Amino acid sequence: MAKIIIDNKEYESDESKNLLEACLSLGLDLPYFCWHPELDSIGACRQCAVIKYKDEDDTKGKLVMACLEPVTDKVRISLEVDEAKQFRADNIEALMINHPHDCPVCDEGGECHLQDMTVMSGHNYRRYRFKKRTHTNQYLGPFINHEMNRCIQCYRCVRFYKDYAGGKDLDVFGAHDDIYFGRHEPGTLENEFSGNLVEICPTGVFTDKTLKKHYTRKWDLTNAPSVCHNCGLGCNIIASERYGGIRRILSRYNGDVNGYFLCDRGRFGYEYVNSKKRIQFPFKKQNNSLVQIEKKQAIQEIRKVAEGKKLIGIGSPKASLESNFLLRQWVGAKNFYAGIPETEGKLIQKVIEIVKSGKVNVPSLNEVKSYDAVFILGEDVTNTAPMLALNLRQAVRNTPKEQAAGLNIPVWNDAAVREVVQGNTGPFYIAAAQATKLDEVATQTYRAHPDDVARLGQAVAHAINPELPETDCSKEAGKLAESIAGALLDAKKPLIVAGTSLYSRAIIEAAANIAFALKEKEKDAGLFYVAPEVNSVGLFLISDKFLDQAFENVNQNDDAVLIVLENDLYRRTDKNSVDNFLQDYNDIIVLAYLENATTQHATYVLPAGTFAEADGTVINNEGRAQRFYQVHVPENDVESSWKWLQEIMPVGTAESTIHFENIVYNLVKTFPDLEGIQSVAPPADYRKGTQKIPREPHRYTGRTAMHTNINVSEPKPPEDTDSALSFTMEGYSGIPTAAITPFYWSPGWNSAQAINKYQIEVGGELHGGNSGVRLFDKKNSNIGYFKNITKTFSPQKGEWYALPLYHIFGSDELSAQSPAVNERLPKPYIALNNSDAWEAGVKEGDLLGIVLQGETLKLPVKLNTGLTKGTIGLPKGLKETVGTRFPFWITFKKIKDE
Amino acid sequence: MFSNLRSLWIVFLHLFRKRETVEYPEEKTELPARWRGRIVLTRDPDYEERCVGCYLCAAACPVDCISLQATEDENGRRYPEFFRINFSRCIFCGYCEEACPTYAIQLIPDFEMAEYDRQNLVYEKEDLLIEGQGKYHGYNFYKEAGVDFGVKKKGEGENENKPVDVRKLMP
Repeated sequence: MAKIIIDNKEYESDESKNLLEACLSLGLDLPYFCWHPELDSIGACRQCAVIKYKDEDDTKGKLVMACLEPVTDKVRISLEVDEAKQFRADNIEALMINHPHDCPVCDEGGECHLQDMTVMSGHNYRRYRFKKRTHTNQYLGPFINHEMNRCIQCYRCVRFYKDYAGGKDLDVFGAHDDIYFGRHEPGTLENEFSGNLVEICPTGVFTDKTLKKHYTRKWDLTNAPSVCHNCGLGCNIIASERYGGIRRILSRYNGDVNGYFLCDRGRFGYEYVNSKKRIQFPFKKQNNSLVQIEKKQAIQEIRKVAEGKKLIGIGSPKASLESNFLLRQWVGAKNFYAGIPETEGKLIQKVIEIVKSGKVNVPSLNEVKSYDAVFILGEDVTNTAPMLALNLRQAVRNTPKEQAAGLNIPVWNDAAVREVVQGNTGPFYIAAAQATKLDEVATQTYRAHPDDVARLGQAVAHAINPELPETDCSKEAGKLAESIAGALLDAKKPLIVAGTSLYSRAIIEAAANIAFALKEKEKDAGLFYVAPEVNSVGLFLISDKFLDQAFENVNQNDDAVLIVLENDLYRRTDKNSVDNFLQDYNDIIVLAYLENATTQHATYVLPAGTFAEADGTVINNEGRAQRFYQVHVPENDVESSWKWLQEIMPVGTAESTIHFENIVYNLVKTFPDLEGIQSVAPPADYRKGTQKIPREPHRYTGRTAMHTNINVSEPKPPEDTDSALSFTMEGYSGIPTAAITPFYWSPGWNSAQAINKYQIEVGGELHGGNSGVRLFDKKNSNIGYFKNITKTFSPQKGEWYALPLYHIFGSDELSAQSPAVNERLPKPYIALNNSDAWEAGVKEGDLLGIVLQGETLKLPVKLNTGLTKGTIGLPKGLKETVGTRFPFWITFKKIKDE
Repeated sequence: MFSNLRSLWIVFLHLFRKRETVEYPEEKTELPARWRGRIVLTRDPDYEERCVGCYLCAAACPVDCISLQATEDENGRRYPEFFRINFSRCIFCGYCEEACPTYAIQLIPDFEMAEYDRQNLVYEKEDLLIEGQGKYHGYNFYKEAGVDFGVKKKGEGENENKPVDVRKLMP
């Protein structure tokens, strides 16, 4: 710790930081633009000027940029001295010369860093009399809106997009005051993290196009701390509502999960919540069509139907722990099925077993950035767990960055560090079934059938620990295994990444073996498994039965009622099995968000709450339990599934009337392993002083007018009895504890950059600790090596092994139904190995006929996907391939063009 | 005693003065142009709605009686989808007019808004929007805003240069 003197006051600060970080961490207001805690310093905007004094006697000092000056012991600076203040005011005046006066129609207005900094610097009148520069805008796709006139040339966008996220299609053009940030030609921004430009841009050059369609100012939004439901990583989000619709998603900082960023699926995949296909009221099947009925009627009828009958419950990895648990309690443990086929479920169970054992460190998503050697087995992380890909890109730079440290360049000096690092990458190996986007930063890639990927993994494990069984692989693979093992052993923190996406148990086991072997060599190894859905891990912690088992137990006496919880079974497995299964039941109650194939077969459909209308806890891939909160109380009948279950349970059942927290309590009593979920968030009776935490900012407007079209007498605002949050603007106005922080705002800081004030140290932990509780941190079982080695894959003549290919936009059920994401869905295709294609005499774009679930599909051929011989790839989760149970053997026929 | 008589005399003289009291409602009084009465939404010189849906009036309103939703037409011109003022809450403070960056919302010298039913005091955009420019003539925000919102092209607004050609090589 160093002592620093700011305006003649002594403070303590960390010597590894720069002065800007130090000032902000100390809570001082120093304006800045180009600096960002993740992007570090570059000194492009000249806004954070301070006066630095040589010594105690120096009265003049010199003007320096705080972001480019290291914290040194006894350094004396001044923020307040006139020269520094004047410089900052003049600088912003210069930046504002060409800034249009369009704040009223700018979507950034009210949460604009440029507005905040302008006010903070004291510039308020434009003296420049001449004309303003203008730029033409570009179409940047369905997510991002472009308005170049607003640009202040801070370079944050390209530094994030190109340098941080590895994007190729956003750059800076032109020279002097004509600098232009955009694409080489108008077109969709291709990077999966383009949405972060909305938060990265200090002003309104890049704004959220989905928000633009139903624009609302930040101060008018009702917000809730939530968790993204679009993949298994559980990134933290702020979900915002106005007039009954979800308006946008912002990243909610969590230093243990997603840090500052979100992927585009997470940010723009929310719109399904507002979909026309949303089930808003209870429906009943009458004469083969669903008819809307009153809630009261629905509850009474369902109670009557279920009375005295055997109940079968199908849970869901999309539903919260509480909803799943309550269904399990009601139908009984032996009648509760996880709602996932065995092929996938067994893998998740395996992952849980390994993660739970605590044998090796399972890093959090954000911790991934600190690893210096990476080996990915089988997973196409950009598409199955996008934020992991972003963090792995940072991990790749760790080894070359050490060289900069050797040259005495501080880590925060981004331009200098990049100059040293150039394009160098650390050890980064990818073994996958096809080409992946991260290949471009990989040291070496290996493309093979999942079984051979696993075999390579086993070979690496053997190379690390020779006691492990040997794999006889090709000379090439053997050599690669040796070099991977060497690189992992050389590293300080090697990381192994695997997942369930290829439905290969062997890959999961091989990854564990490598990590175990590294651990034995006393390496600080990390093992990161990607889970498929938001609560996959949670679901299998409270159930051990699969969908297939539900299918086997035929409803012989016709005396059972089927309850399906937030799960479209037709996406889980093939149509025939689901059809047969559902035919067995006369009474099917489905709790669903959207109309889907399963709701068509229901006798009663109940409107279940999505993340926007429900409270609950979910457990992510690392075993971190996180609470998400209801954003608003809708005017329809949508509510949390666990509330619906309570209502349709027989009167008098103990569970039917208990409070949310008692459900959690009962859950922990039944599953003591999950004890941690009780401390995930403050209890419902938590108060700051005597006050609840408001979901709305204190500037929330229109309270006495927004409902008056219906009735001039204002309704009583809804009360939230399930949490410490309130649905109004009244309540504690300071900084609440992280788990229940609904939005970021601090006096003078209206933009997302107000997050600085919510962190103990800028870029560090939040006040009250990052939210979420890791459940498996205790080492509780001794798990051995997995010694089974799969056989090598041998291609068959005339038959192909079909593998799922994942897409960030499309493979996830719900986000794909959001209009903006829908525009980015890939066209269905069949991916072929190039030499297979040549042998079969097909070219790119030729139509091939395949039979999936009894239906013949004509799909165009896609080549150059890096698939190995004997395998084909089909896009996972698209309309055409939905319900297909990968992997399987298939034949195809060439179709002559008509 | 003298002062009492004097007062009586002065009061007596007032009988012959011009009367200040007007026989309202039969007789109307003239109100100054900037009198803060009924709120209207005005149009720009091109007869388009002036309101751009910036929400600043709603933010300035101390009783939160303004609610609106911004939307865009096919050219990208932003306007309010609905605009509602609950006059049963309005205190006619005029902050909304002060906050309005486009001269859209204006308070006019009309106060005769009494209703028997409170519900009738809820004014929607159709009730608020007038045909003219109100007190401030000649201003069209979109022509000065410096961005392209479907009203004028880049570089065609007030005080704007032609758009930069990024590909030009000249210094």
